[in-house]
Order: sequence, then structure tokens, then C-alpha cells
Amino acid sequence: MIGLPLFLILSTMLFSLGLFAVLTRRSAILLLIGVELMLAAANLNFIAFWRFGPNPAAMTGALFVLFSIAVAAAEAAVGLSLILVIYRHLRSTNPKEVNSLHG
Amino acid sequence: MNSLFEIIAFLLIGSLTLGAAVAAVGLRDTVHCGLSLAVVFVGVAGLYLLLDAEFIGFIQLLVYVGAVAVLVMFVILITRPEDGVIQQPDRRRQKLPGALIAAGIFLVTYGAIMQSPSLRRDVPEPAALSIRAVGEALVSGHLLPLMAIGVLLTTALIGAALFAMEGEDGK
Repeated sequence: MIGLPLFLILSTMLFSLGLFAVLTRRSAILLLIGVELMLAAANLNFIAFWRFGPNPAAMTGALFVLFSIAVAAAEAAVGLSLILVIYRHLRSTNPKEVNSLHG
Repeated sequence: MNSLFEIIAFLLIGSLTLGAAVAAVGLRDTVHCGLSLAVVFVGVAGLYLLLDAEFIGFIQLLVYVGAVAVLVMFVILITRPEDGVIQQPDRRRQKLPGALIAAGIFLVTYGAIMQSPSLRRDVPEPAALSIRAVGEALVSGHLLPLMAIGVLLTTALIGAALFAMEGEDGK
């Protein structure tokens, strides 16, 4: 039987990788990929705690992940369309070049 | 027997997920990063299946692999420079602090997981997550969040479509 700590360590690794991407990459799309990795790690934690928790019949973790997936889908749609608009204006997706409010 | 199979499956799926995550974070070509992200999503769905959350796993496959990964790939391909060369002046000195912060957070969390005794008690295998129970919980106890999610998704999708449409006739 695989215990809860293994899943937690795996999701911590995923989270750290996502954080590393957010901190270092120079492309808005890769920042979004990093955020998606961190979200996946959080969802994995929810499911792992639900599975090994004291009261799995309440399904709290699983339902939370359902809602979290829906919110993440909305976030991805809005974020990617923002990246598209920025690319159309500036011909670049580097967040460092987005430094002016004037369109 | 069952336990051995589970350990092998966990090792396989876990290493696949981690490897794909490293690729998604580290590769230079953005297209490869997007494709690796799809593999990460498939791996996480496999982990959900391993954790007896079949329904969540299939939802993950449908929403993430089917929609989000495809969306990311579309945007990556649309915003690609014409010559196909990715010019990315990744500065080394920016990488080191980022790696240090990420490694620090990993080590702190790892230590906390390793020290916590309450995480390693043995739990009996719960009954599989039944779709019927999920549906009943959604429309009885969690009706308000369900409605809020519906409003949020509608708003977000209309907003995203408006953003993406803007440049066509606006200029």
C-alpha cells in the first residue's frame, strides 16, 4: 500500500517545479504553464487527503477538486486570451515588455 | 499482490509525471513545453485513478487534456515568431534565485511531511467514489457553489471571447 506521504512529496515536487517556472521563465505562456503545474499539485493534494483522510464518505476533497478544475479552466481561458491580446499589441509575450498602459 | 501492482503503477506514473513536468518547465522550445504539459495532465489523471477517484480522473482527462492543453497549444502556435526560432535570452543570474526559492520551499515542505507522524497511519480502502453520490452531493449540499461556478464559467468564457475578438474590428 502506498501511503499518503509519497503522494504529498510528489505533489510538492510538482509545485516546486511550477514555482520555478513562474519565477524564471520569460514567456507569459510558460508562466501560465507553471501556474497550471501548481494547480495540479494542489488538486493532487486534495485527492490524496480525501483518499487517506478520516472520513472519505463525505467526499469533500473530491468535490473541491471538481470546483477547482472548473475555476482553473476559466482561469486558463481568460489568461490565454489576455496573452493573445497582448501579443497582438506588442508582438511579444514577454511579461517584462508589458510596461505601458498606453495601447 | 495488489499492493505490489499499486507500487509499480505509482512509480511508473509518478516518474512519468515528474519527468514531463521537468520537461514542461525546462525545455527551450515552447511547443515542447506545451506538449509536456499535456503529458503531466495525463499523469495526474492516472494518479487520481490510483487514488480511487475515477470520476475526478476522467474529468481531469476531459477538461485538462481535452480542453486546457489544446488551448495552450493553440496560443503557443499563434504567438510563435514567424521564423520559428525562439529567441529567449534566459539570463543565468535570474535562474539561480528562482531555483533556490523553489528548492527551499520543497525542502521545507518535505521536512514537514517527513516529520508528521499523523500522515502514516494505515487507512482502510474507502468505497470507490460513486458518480451517483457525487451528483447527489452536487445538487443538494453544494448547490450554491455549483451555481456560482456556472456563472463564473459563463462570465469567463464571454470575457475571453470579447478579449480575443477585440482587435478584429476595433482598430
